[in-house]
Amino acid sequence: MTDALSRLLETRDWLMADGATGTNLFNMGLTSGDAPEMWNEEHPDRILSLYKSAVDAGSDIFLTNSFGGNASRLKLHGAEKRARELSRISAELGRQIADKAGRTVVVAGSVGPTGEIFAPMGPLTHEVAVEIFHEQAEGLKEGGADVLWLETISAPEEYRAAAEAFALAGMPWCGTMSFDTAGRTMMGVTSAAMVDMVEALPNPPLAFGANCGTGASDLLRTVLGFAAQGTERPIIAKGNAGIPKYHDGHIHYDGTPELMAEYAVLARDAGATIIGGCCGTMPVHLEHMKRALETRPRGPRPTLDQITSLLGGFTSTGDGTGDDAAAPRRSRRGSRRGE
Amino acid sequence: MSDDQDDIILADLDDDELVQQMFDDLYDGLKEEIEESVNILLARGWQPYEILTEALVAGMTIVGKDFRDGILFVPEVLLAANAMKGGMAILKPLLVETGAPKQGKMVIGTVKGDIHDIGKNLVGMMMEGAGFEVIDLGINNAVDSYLDALEAEKPDILGMSALLTTTMPYMKVVIDTLVEKGMRDDYIVLVGGAPLNEEFGRAIGADAYCRDAAVAVETAKSFVARKHNQAAMRA
Repeated sequence: MTDALSRLLETRDWLMADGATGTNLFNMGLTSGDAPEMWNEEHPDRILSLYKSAVDAGSDIFLTNSFGGNASRLKLHGAEKRARELSRISAELGRQIADKAGRTVVVAGSVGPTGEIFAPMGPLTHEVAVEIFHEQAEGLKEGGADVLWLETISAPEEYRAAAEAFALAGMPWCGTMSFDTAGRTMMGVTSAAMVDMVEALPNPPLAFGANCGTGASDLLRTVLGFAAQGTERPIIAKGNAGIPKYHDGHIHYDGTPELMAEYAVLARDAGATIIGGCCGTMPVHLEHMKRALETRPRGPRPTLDQITSLLGGFTSTGDGTGDDAAAPRRSRRGSRRGE
Repeated sequence: MSDDQDDIILADLDDDELVQQMFDDLYDGLKEEIEESVNILLARGWQPYEILTEALVAGMTIVGKDFRDGILFVPEVLLAANAMKGGMAILKPLLVETGAPKQGKMVIGTVKGDIHDIGKNLVGMMMEGAGFEVIDLGINNAVDSYLDALEAEKPDILGMSALLTTTMPYMKVVIDTLVEKGMRDDYIVLVGGAPLNEEFGRAIGADAYCRDAAVAVETAKSFVARKHNQAAMRA
C-alpha cells in the first residue's frame, strides 16, 4: 500500500501543509530554552490542540512536534536518550488527530537539523549523522507517521545523511532546506544545486523544497529557481509569515493573513504543489491561505516584480543562480596542491 | 588542475609575492601552506605582529568581504579560519614575547534559552582571525554569566547572539542590567543572529547589530578604534 501523501498527490494538484510549530507553542506558554518535544509527554493536550488547529484550518498535512527530537539537539537538554521515544509520542498524538479528521490528513514526522557542522570542519561524521537521523526516524515510524519530513537543512551532507537514514527506516519522506543567505543556504547551496542533489539520491524524496529562511518573497524566488530546473518532482513552499519585528519586548511577524493568502496563490503559480507556512504562521493565516487556494484561479508563473509588489522586497539582490551567480572573484595565482 | 600550478615553491617568492600567495592560500583554506609561509617570513626577519596584520589579518579581510557579499559561504570561511589558526598557533607565543599590541578582546555567548551556536562560533572564529582575543561563554547564558565574564575578563566588546525570535528579547534584559549597574558604557555591545535587524539592535540599546560574522569583525574594529581614540583624547 502506498503512503497517504502519495495517494493525495495522485488525486490533487495542490495540498496545504501546516503553519508554525514554535510560534504557536510559545503562544500556549512554552518558554524559550525549553525543548518543545518535552511537551509531547508533559502537555499532550496542547500538542493535540496544535495539530487540530492546523487540521481545522484546512491543512492536508501537518508536521509533528519533533523538530528538535534528535539525540544531538536533545542532548542540550540532557534528554539525548529520549530521541526515539519523544519522536514516537509526537507521531502517536498526530495519528489521534489525523484519524478523526474525516478526510485524508497526512502525519508528517518532522526531522530538523542536528545543529552540528560536518567533518572535517566540525565534529559530525556522516556515520554518526545517519545514526542520529535513523533513531528519530524509527521513533516517528513506530508512532505512525505517514511520511518523514526533513526541514530547515543548510548542508547538503546533512540532507544526504538523513535520506540514507530514512531508507534504513524504510520510510517515504519529504525534505526542505532553508535559503537564508544571499538566496542560498547558509552552506552555500543554490536552488538549482538542491534540485541536482535531490535527483542524484538513491531514494529521492516524494517532494522537496524550501522552508523558513527569510521573508515570503525570498522563498518564492527560490521556488521559481527550483521550477526553472524543469523538475517533475513536487515542490514544497513553507515560508515565514513575513519578517519578525520587535515591539514592546516581544516579537511578532509582520505578515498578515491577507498577505499569506497572496503568498499561497503566488507559490502555486510559481510551481509549488505543497504550500504551507513556517514561523509566524498561525491558524488564521492558514484559513486565509486555504480559502485563497480554493477560490482563486491558477495564474501564469509570477515574475520577480509581481512577487515583490504583492509581498514586499527581497532581502538580497540575487539568489546565486543564473547570470548573477557569484564565483570566487580572486583570480588564482595557483596553489602548490593539485586540484 | 594543471601541472604548472603545482610547482610554486613558497621559499622562492619574494616578500610581496609571498604575502599575495598567502592571501590566496588563506582564501583556499590551505593550512599547511600558511604555516610554511609564516615560518618563511619569520626566518626572513619579519616581526610576528607584521605577519599577523599584513599577511594573515589582511588575507582574512578579503575572505570576510567575500563572505559578506555572498561570494563565499560558511564552508569556505571555516576552511580559511582553520588555515589562519594554523598560522596563529605559530605566532601566538611570539606575539606574547614581543609584547605586540592587541586588537581587542571580546566576550561572546548565546543568550539564555538559545542553544543555537553556529553563528556565534563563526563570529568567534572570524574575530580570532582578525586578531582579537575571544572568550567564548558558549550557549544559554543568563545575565549573571555575562556579568561575571565581563568583570573577570575586562573585554572591550560584549557580543550576544540569538537565533530564535523568542530568545532575542533577552538581549535587552542583559543590556538593561548593564545600564542599571552603571556598566553599560564600559563595553561595546554587539548583537547578532538570524532574526535580528538594525531596528531591533537600536530598540534594545546595543551599539550595533551585525548581520554576519564579517560585518561583526568590521564593526568591532571600527568601534575599538573609536574607543582608543576617545581614550587618547581624554588622556
